[in-house]
Amino acid sequence: MNDIQQLIRKHRFFAGLQESDLELAAGCAANVHFPAGQHLFHEGESADHFYLLRSGRVALEMAVPGRQPVVIETLQAGDVIGWSWLFPPYLWQMDARALLAVRATAFDGKCLREKCASNHDLGYELAMRFAAILTHRLQATRLQLLDVYGSHH
Amino acid sequence: MDPTIESPARPQPATEPMLPDPWRVERVHAETADTFSLELTPVGGPRPLAFSPGQFNMLYVFGVGEVPISISGNPEIESPLVHTTRIVGTVTRAMGKLKAGDLLGVRGPYGSGWPVDAAKGRDVVIVAGGLGLAPLRPLIHHLLAHRADYREIALLYGTRTPQDRIFRADLRRWTARRDLQAQVTVDRAVSGWTGHVGVVTKLVAHAPFDPSNTVAFVCGPEVMMRFTLQELQRRGVPPERSHLSLERNMKCAIGFCGHCQYGSMFVCKDGPVFRYDRVRSLMKVREL
Repeated sequence: MNDIQQLIRKHRFFAGLQESDLELAAGCAANVHFPAGQHLFHEGESADHFYLLRSGRVALEMAVPGRQPVVIETLQAGDVIGWSWLFPPYLWQMDARALLAVRATAFDGKCLREKCASNHDLGYELAMRFAAILTHRLQATRLQLLDVYGSHH
Repeated sequence: MDPTIESPARPQPATEPMLPDPWRVERVHAETADTFSLELTPVGGPRPLAFSPGQFNMLYVFGVGEVPISISGNPEIESPLVHTTRIVGTVTRAMGKLKAGDLLGVRGPYGSGWPVDAAKGRDVVIVAGGLGLAPLRPLIHHLLAHRADYREIALLYGTRTPQDRIFRADLRRWTARRDLQAQVTVDRAVSGWTGHVGVVTKLVAHAPFDPSNTVAFVCGPEVMMRFTLQELQRRGVPPERSHLSLERNMKCAIGFCGHCQYGSMFVCKDGPVFRYDRVRSLMKVREL
């Protein structure tokens, strides 16, 4: 078992995944570091990675002409960033910027897509895990839209 | 101690329960644009009002009306008595115009408090939304004053924007402590904000507590509490170890008038703090 495999098996995103699948995923991964202020990616760029955050904080932002970028949400250690690598046209839909210095494990999306195409069990596992994240984030966004702390509540 | 037990004894009103005592406003502190704290002392010398964290008083603006307001001060000290509220109606609007030296009627304390004994020897997670931090503030003071009795303590606080944070001096102190994991998140960031952005429920997954040995205390808008309690359950905190504070239209505060009836219970007398498993089914009833 290599260092990255040991590292990612501790991340909750991969909890319960078979060692053989972990090994396949680790084969597409590399550890990365972003200093505070640096972008992980920009809207419209090719979405060829996703990230498991191990430390730090990342803002997901949308650029609005004539204004400061709008921070939609922040993510922290334990979170996963990026699902655009999984679906065509494989382009980022927003910006991601390190608010605090970030340590993460980056997965090569093309490498992983190829492995998922040839190993459907791994593909199913990853698709289900990303679907759970999508559902959770959608629910959180709905709650955010409710503006529950307003005086009318 | 059985984690599901409630705190057995709670302070009761010292005088006639329907008769307000006059208290003097010592200080008015603006928390946000529409939220303020009142520091009160009894008229005619020291007459401390003992209370349990989570209890409330009925505050009477003479000639205007009476409203239930949670006690937001430190239960470990006798004076001043502190209440924090937002301007939402006629009485709180009049209350917001009070100045140091003005008089206010106070009767209480009423209601159940946070069951602090049930959390002894366990991890504690406190989740507050908006003004919901006010009734939880006495609990935080209590836990920190008796820090050795508890294991990990996590405070998760969500507000609309950074400007809407209440008790900012406390938040600064709490986030600087090593024995309290305090995290603040806002729904909408402003320029320069480097803290968390997103709903407070998202912080639950990251908070440092062992779900098998955790007691949760939750207060905020009801929809926020509903989703927070779901997240706590998802982490493994059972409903019988989760407690929430409900808000309803209260008039008498002693279970006579029925305005705050909640199923077979009265929020003023049986609450406002309830164990989640006892009200979970009622929270699904839209008419209540």
